[in-house]
Amino acid sequence: MAVIRDVMPAFELLQPSSVADAQHLLARYGSDGWVLAGGLDSFDWLKDRIKKPKAVIDLSGIHELKGIRSTADGIEIGAMTTLTEVAQNPVIKQKYSLLSQSAELVASPQIRNQGTIGGNVSQDTRCWYYRGGWPCYRAGGNICYADTPVARNREHAILEAERCVAVNPSDTAPALIALDAKFVIRTAKGERVVDAEGYYVAPDRDITRLTILQAGDLLTAIRIPSAWAGAEFYFEKVRDRNVWDFPLLNVASAMFTSGNTIDKIRIAVNAAAARPLRLKKVEDAVRGKQRSAETGEIAGKLSVQGAVPLQFNAYKIPLMRNLVKRSITGVANGGQEAAWAS
Amino acid sequence: MPSQADQHKPGAERKYGDKYKLIGKNYQTADLVAKVTGKAKYAEDFRVDGMLFCKLLLSPLPHARVKHIDARKALAIPGVKAILTADELPAPADSLTDLGTVIKANPRGERALTNEPLYQGEPVLAVAAVDELTAAEAIEALDVDFEPLPFVLDPLDSLRPGGPNPRVEGNIWVQAPPPPTKPGERPPSPPPPDVGELKWTKEDFAEADQGRMPMGKTRDEWSYGDVEQGFKNAALVLDESFVTPDTSHQTLETRSALAYWQNGKVYVHTGTQSTVQTVPALARWLHLDPSQVVLVSEYTGGGFGSKVTAAISAIIPALLSKKANAPVMMRISREEEHFIGRGRPSLLGRLKVGFAKDGRITALDMFVICNTGPYDAVGDAGAAGRIVSLLYQPAAMRWRGATIMTNTPPRGPQSAPGGMQGIVMMEPIMGKAARKLSLDQVAIRRINCPEGKAEFGPAQNGKRTHCTSSFIKDALDRGAEQFRWKERIANKPNQQGSKRRGLGVSVSCFFGGSTGYDGLFLVKPDGRIAIQSGIGNLGTESVIDCHRVVAEELGIPWEKCDLTWGNTSQNLPWTCVSGGSQTTHAMTRAAHAAAADARQKLQEIATKTLGGKPENYVVANERVFAKGGRGMTLAQAAQQAIKLGGKYDGHEAPDDVNKYTKASVAALAGQGLVAVAKDKYPHDGTSMSFVASFAEVEVDVETGKYHILDFLAYADVGTVLDPRALGGQVLGRSILGIGHAIGQKWVFDPHYGQMISRRFYQNKPPTILDLPVNMQWAALDIPDPETPVGARGIGEPPVGGGCASVLNALTDAVGDDVIRRAPVNADTILASLEAGRPAQDPLTAHI
Repeated sequence: MAVIRDVMPAFELLQPSSVADAQHLLARYGSDGWVLAGGLDSFDWLKDRIKKPKAVIDLSGIHELKGIRSTADGIEIGAMTTLTEVAQNPVIKQKYSLLSQSAELVASPQIRNQGTIGGNVSQDTRCWYYRGGWPCYRAGGNICYADTPVARNREHAILEAERCVAVNPSDTAPALIALDAKFVIRTAKGERVVDAEGYYVAPDRDITRLTILQAGDLLTAIRIPSAWAGAEFYFEKVRDRNVWDFPLLNVASAMFTSGNTIDKIRIAVNAAAARPLRLKKVEDAVRGKQRSAETGEIAGKLSVQGAVPLQFNAYKIPLMRNLVKRSITGVANGGQEAAWAS
Repeated sequence: MPSQADQHKPGAERKYGDKYKLIGKNYQTADLVAKVTGKAKYAEDFRVDGMLFCKLLLSPLPHARVKHIDARKALAIPGVKAILTADELPAPADSLTDLGTVIKANPRGERALTNEPLYQGEPVLAVAAVDELTAAEAIEALDVDFEPLPFVLDPLDSLRPGGPNPRVEGNIWVQAPPPPTKPGERPPSPPPPDVGELKWTKEDFAEADQGRMPMGKTRDEWSYGDVEQGFKNAALVLDESFVTPDTSHQTLETRSALAYWQNGKVYVHTGTQSTVQTVPALARWLHLDPSQVVLVSEYTGGGFGSKVTAAISAIIPALLSKKANAPVMMRISREEEHFIGRGRPSLLGRLKVGFAKDGRITALDMFVICNTGPYDAVGDAGAAGRIVSLLYQPAAMRWRGATIMTNTPPRGPQSAPGGMQGIVMMEPIMGKAARKLSLDQVAIRRINCPEGKAEFGPAQNGKRTHCTSSFIKDALDRGAEQFRWKERIANKPNQQGSKRRGLGVSVSCFFGGSTGYDGLFLVKPDGRIAIQSGIGNLGTESVIDCHRVVAEELGIPWEKCDLTWGNTSQNLPWTCVSGGSQTTHAMTRAAHAAAADARQKLQEIATKTLGGKPENYVVANERVFAKGGRGMTLAQAAQQAIKLGGKYDGHEAPDDVNKYTKASVAALAGQGLVAVAKDKYPHDGTSMSFVASFAEVEVDVETGKYHILDFLAYADVGTVLDPRALGGQVLGRSILGIGHAIGQKWVFDPHYGQMISRRFYQNKPPTILDLPVNMQWAALDIPDPETPVGARGIGEPPVGGGCASVLNALTDAVGDDVIRRAPVNADTILASLEAGRPAQDPLTAHI
């Protein structure tokens, strides 16, 4: 069969107005169903005719999945809340600005208006071999095209690669891990709440998916506990272009200090591996230490222990080292950067 | 000199055109409202009764032979109407030059469809169906048997001993010289080019492992002056390799086309840079007489050299329309555009440059390899040499080059083809030399840049060509003042935290004009002026701007002028192609000539009607009148022209205008005073435009990420015609160049021969947020002495400067050795700094 790309195929479009209806439809279609949030990830798959679902279940009409609510212990964000709303919400900006900063740096204004927080944390990898329809491990085949002696892999993994070297491209995911967020999942058996970091899977566990979501499951909300409200935050994303780009690497940290001593800290990076990585060893190493350049250096070096570069991504090792260092010292990269934040 | 206040205002607010009423003044072009409101109809906005849609099957392999096509299942799908394969295309046709010489068709040249795809993404066949979805499903239902053939993506791989060839026959075009012209006869037809093989020796590649560009034998070479002596006299000799990127043209309007047949004529709606000259191109591709082709192209969403006369793919819907007996729309997707939409060729270069103590270039030895893709050889390698020769005026120079075929998408001219790459290779060397010789960066460019009628390139028939004028020194001086260059150098901060500042300047130039085309307009009996524009509406506004000259010359209010453009059934004059930035120069000349013809005819009509001598009549204020005496309105004169007939109302056309113009004049005859003339103004030299570009960057050496903080382009383009449009071009094309510095690229998997950067987010054209907020431009507004209006083209000259000024600013910040290829991204900088400053994969164009 000959291949043609970039032509949207026909499919049934189903627009449920409740989570229960959506689950009902997902159960009916099983693996022939496709969950549509903002569409930024989905439409590429669909128009390239690589994923060919019979039915697309569009969540945009489900009100209970939208909006940001205060809860007894923090806030809850509906999975279908747009990234623009997340970036601009006053409570998030005031208490959990790590998340608003990360959301503000996703893609472009148009994409943030359309894209959702649930979609951003659940998106598939952008490995250009896999997205181009190459029959790789992740696509069910038995080769990784990005990890050959001549493969082009500047954007690929330096950590946790296991046959597949793709990375998770989400900007909000590491921020949510640093904030110790909980992801609320509706499954056929009922509601399940997992830690943000537990939402993601590495290729050694399941090479065909980036999250624990199974067919029929829906991410419905993200809860941020108040424990980290008002902490000192650091987020930095390094990308080729100043807008409309995935991260080459990003880092998120949340920290409480007393005097200059680090009392509590959580750090995560993304685009280094197939899942956003919480840097627990680094956290343990710097907790109780002075918040200093020296501690930053130690943290940076520790963070890249075990990193294995591919042909064209060795730069990610010093990049991660330096970003993790900055996430400790909090030396922002200057006001200048803010002028390009978009 | 710009005032203090000017320095902080966008350039468009500067005052230009002191001597004129219309020229140099901002105005609202006639197409503006339609463009900004979305009412403008581009090719794919048209809908015709019974219209079918077609989709293409693209080759999945970089080189293959189509062994068998089984279309039974596809054709059985309800709604599928026709299939078109390469076997049904007209054979490549010969063409005819203006001198009557037949240019033999290249039987190995590019066709619209092929049975031997030479690059991944090459169209193999097309299917027409009632809608696009059905056509796509038909493509998927095809069973096509491809036999894979050897392929090569990198010209250096092909040049290695025993390296693969992109074509069965070889890797290089071989053009036998044309037979000598016998006295009194037409130049004989040159034979079509042949494919040959060029391989280098193992020794030639000895330095490649150290990242130095290998230099084997080439087919083309020229030189002037004593190069060896020049190096001996030099105080400093630099020998540098540099690789420039392949970049798609990325026109936002893809090359979609709609075609249908009516009364023996084919109507084609498609984007093109050049309205009139697309007709003979389509006619040749379709084996039709030009009189059987009507092109509709009122608006074109970008060309940048990729749509000079539309695209050969436009014949696919025309042929399918004939076969299916229905109009056919071919909408080209972004995916398809990335393959068939053309690209700038990467140039791999090595330059040895000798400098005297004062920075003057004593000798330059330039070696370039051009990756042209699998079809016609682009001229970038040669143009790179000529532009470097003009822009840096080396006392002696040798150029060697070869254009190598590969199984990558076909290249085409892209804004300043070759010139841009030559400048980008040369500029970092200028920067390094200035640092080594302790010279100011502006000063070293100033001492080398051309002045006045500067000579360039090799001698032909014992004589070197020269430019019509160059005032680039003034542009450098004024630009340096406006950019506060000296102040910025003096106040450049040391590294702050992880941030380093860098300042860069670049000179830049490209061709800026041709001659010899026709102008045509009518003075209608109601006194209005009907101007016929054969220029393409490619976004530069030259389609309208050039005709301001008619109103200026005759003293007619612009509001009284009505413009016809974008449809070749509307009787347009023979017009230059809008490529090589020639339009502003060529068509202001043609407009000037037509205005002079109108003036003379008006004077003659007044004489015939009112008596007296023609030379005593003046044309002004919408009248022709004797000073202090009798006169008549233009409306009356037009009515009189119709009565007089003959040349006055177009029943006779001048002998020397193009036959295409003659046909248009004949069709317009009797409708008013017909002003028509060919540009025969004298012209000494080659028209070139120049730009001085300035940039400041800030690099974060811990991440490699950098920002462009400030940018200024100061242009020497002759008379400023339309400041807003000029500013759009100066900055827009600077941005095109900046894209080459900061990220735009093609990426292939070399093992599988597949392009893996197929979407905007992967091949990364620059966005508006990658640019400084307050980019500035200005122009000298010094008329070119070799053209009546003094205006030259500007589309292409800023491109090299946009790229090179940013690269120079980056090397100023992080050092000379970090950057050996473009684009430069965070990874390029960080990988080099981390590893002790060797350039990362210096000879690899695509990462």
